[in-house]
Amino acid sequence: MTDTLTPPDLPEATEPERRASRLETARRSPLVWPVLALVLLLAVNTVATPTFLLVDLSGDRLSGPLVNIARNAAPLVLIGLGMTLVIATRGIDLSVGAVAAIAGAVACVHIAGSPDPGAASTAVVAMSLALACCVALGLWNGFLVSVLGIQPIIATLVLMTAGRGLAMLVTDGQITTVTNGVLSGLAVGHVAKVPVAVLVALAVLGLTAFVVRRTALGMLVEAVGINPEASRLAGVRSRTIIWTVYVFVALCAGLAGLMIAGNTNAADANNAGLWIELDAILAVVIGGTSLAGGRFSLAGTVVGALFITTLAVTITNLGIPSQTNYVFKAIAVIAVCLIQSPQVRHALRRRRTPARTVAGGAA
Amino acid sequence: MLRKSLIAAAAMTLGAASLSACGSSDSGGDSGSGGSGGDETITMGFAQVGAESGWRTANTTSIQDTAEAEGIDLKFSDAQQKQENQIKAIRSYIQQKVDVIAFSPVVETGWDTVLQEAKRANIPVILTDRSVDSEDDSLYATFLGSDFVEEGEKAGQWLVDNASDMDVDGDGSVKVVQLEGTTGSAPAIDREEGFNSVIGSDDAIEVIASQTGDFTRDGGKKVMETFLSSEDGIDVVYAHNDDMGLGAIEAIKAEGLTPGEDIKIITVDAVKDGMTALANGEINFIVECNPLLGPQLMDLAKQVVAGEEVEKRVVTEETTFTQEQAKEALPDRQY
Repeated sequence: MTDTLTPPDLPEATEPERRASRLETARRSPLVWPVLALVLLLAVNTVATPTFLLVDLSGDRLSGPLVNIARNAAPLVLIGLGMTLVIATRGIDLSVGAVAAIAGAVACVHIAGSPDPGAASTAVVAMSLALACCVALGLWNGFLVSVLGIQPIIATLVLMTAGRGLAMLVTDGQITTVTNGVLSGLAVGHVAKVPVAVLVALAVLGLTAFVVRRTALGMLVEAVGINPEASRLAGVRSRTIIWTVYVFVALCAGLAGLMIAGNTNAADANNAGLWIELDAILAVVIGGTSLAGGRFSLAGTVVGALFITTLAVTITNLGIPSQTNYVFKAIAVIAVCLIQSPQVRHALRRRRTPARTVAGGAA
Repeated sequence: MLRKSLIAAAAMTLGAASLSACGSSDSGGDSGSGGSGGDETITMGFAQVGAESGWRTANTTSIQDTAEAEGIDLKFSDAQQKQENQIKAIRSYIQQKVDVIAFSPVVETGWDTVLQEAKRANIPVILTDRSVDSEDDSLYATFLGSDFVEEGEKAGQWLVDNASDMDVDGDGSVKVVQLEGTTGSAPAIDREEGFNSVIGSDDAIEVIASQTGDFTRDGGKKVMETFLSSEDGIDVVYAHNDDMGLGAIEAIKAEGLTPGEDIKIITVDAVKDGMTALANGEINFIVECNPLLGPQLMDLAKQVVAGEEVEKRVVTEETTFTQEQAKEALPDRQY
């Protein structure tokens, strides 16, 4: 599903490059740098803690740092997938963190207030209710952007600011603690040893990839992002497409919010999903999708999300003091973004050109 | 075009700001006295940190309820853990000419300018719960709150007194991991300092890793997950608040260990969820940090507005809880 993401007609792919080896093509894939950065981070962690890459298969579930990273990355992956499509239409959604908080709040408050808080049926009703709220919020965002034509960054800023207020209204400003196996199962449960959160994220990834790559939808999304006016004239119903992606990202955010709530068995209106919108945008950018819209990479976003989650773990694992951990994070992110910059990559490539065969072989 | 969207942006932000303001200012601002003036109703502007934990919520409720009971007109704002929001709120209180300003500083530094402004406007300031790091203590009337260093010392003292039970793996040393509060906040700095100063007396006790969990359950859980894989032989978790401790409990359980037995847990705060976990044996010791400052705060406010001298430092009354004490105290717990 990812190979379609590196079509041979990359803008910078000139005639001579097309004839280059497959290795060269791989080196020039937008995915290679984020993957390398992730591998480098994992290597650093392995040096600090030799058992870092070990996955323990013996228990009733997989365990180990890598499994924790995959599980903790799931909410970010979900939101990142939605964000990728929104960004591909030349939009952005800043409200996902608030939507996630609302989803957790609605679900937990419903469970806490029901006569049978531990029952699976209660959880199913609560989670459906929460996701329905998120769809409504997505419809609102989509309406503002596609019908009223408000710029996405402004349209979604409304909900980003007001959304946590709504979540606090739902929870009455309290951290609502619940004990429900199904809700916590979504975050910490496991099926056939694999964490449920990872399976859910994979399922959404698979579904999204299928819909956008095996139908024309992906192409239409890109068309809308590249030139909304031209695509409208060509008969693409851009309004419907834009509306749909905002509903989709809100739904993803809702699912992520349920996972975040399930992870600690509590809805924390203030902190659940705080700044996750920025992490999601970062994941999309690290993954090689341009904020200017158009071509997008779902696989890139997943790698970006894994990178960000691994970075957070690295800070703790290396024992970097709390006072300096933002600096560390900043340096790592800047490094990856620099590598992603076409100018920097071009400069690097030019320097390598004289020794192309050697460099290509070594890479 | 750009101009248009800028105006739209400004309008939207204003709209959003007023919306969120509606959400948080639910205290009785309907008395209509509007500022100081000659009437005897005291108007207090209170800039809260946020609602980051159960402790903070109890603190807010106590202040709001007491204000209502005492007939004080309370203007309440929630800074959502951001210093700039708090400074904005304090400035707006100065403009509204309230009688007294109270706030819990999000972080310790950077308050001199805004406190100077309050001083010039002749509005007394009461710090609650957290202090500021300023050379000039004439900038505020009094500081009402817990002694976080002492809380850290109490936690450390209990660990030293029970060191033999705390060495779970029996290797002769007690290995502690610390979950710090928000970096730069007074409770995080002082609880670490107090704790370290006491455990220094026992060579067997050492803090092997320390990282911020931002006072949240999610933060505590994620940091603890990594500690469990990166550190060997963790005996004790020392969390700067209950919520991070509760997050650590989830992480320890997920690892197949029993919190409170395989790994001992010491926290600070004593909110209801924490006390419940203590009574259930999942936490071993909690140092109380009393959030019910409302009555003391309103008394101080009345004295300050009346121009009476007050102590520069008023410490709230606090205790500690073991598992047995938690079982007894839990039924009557207000928060």
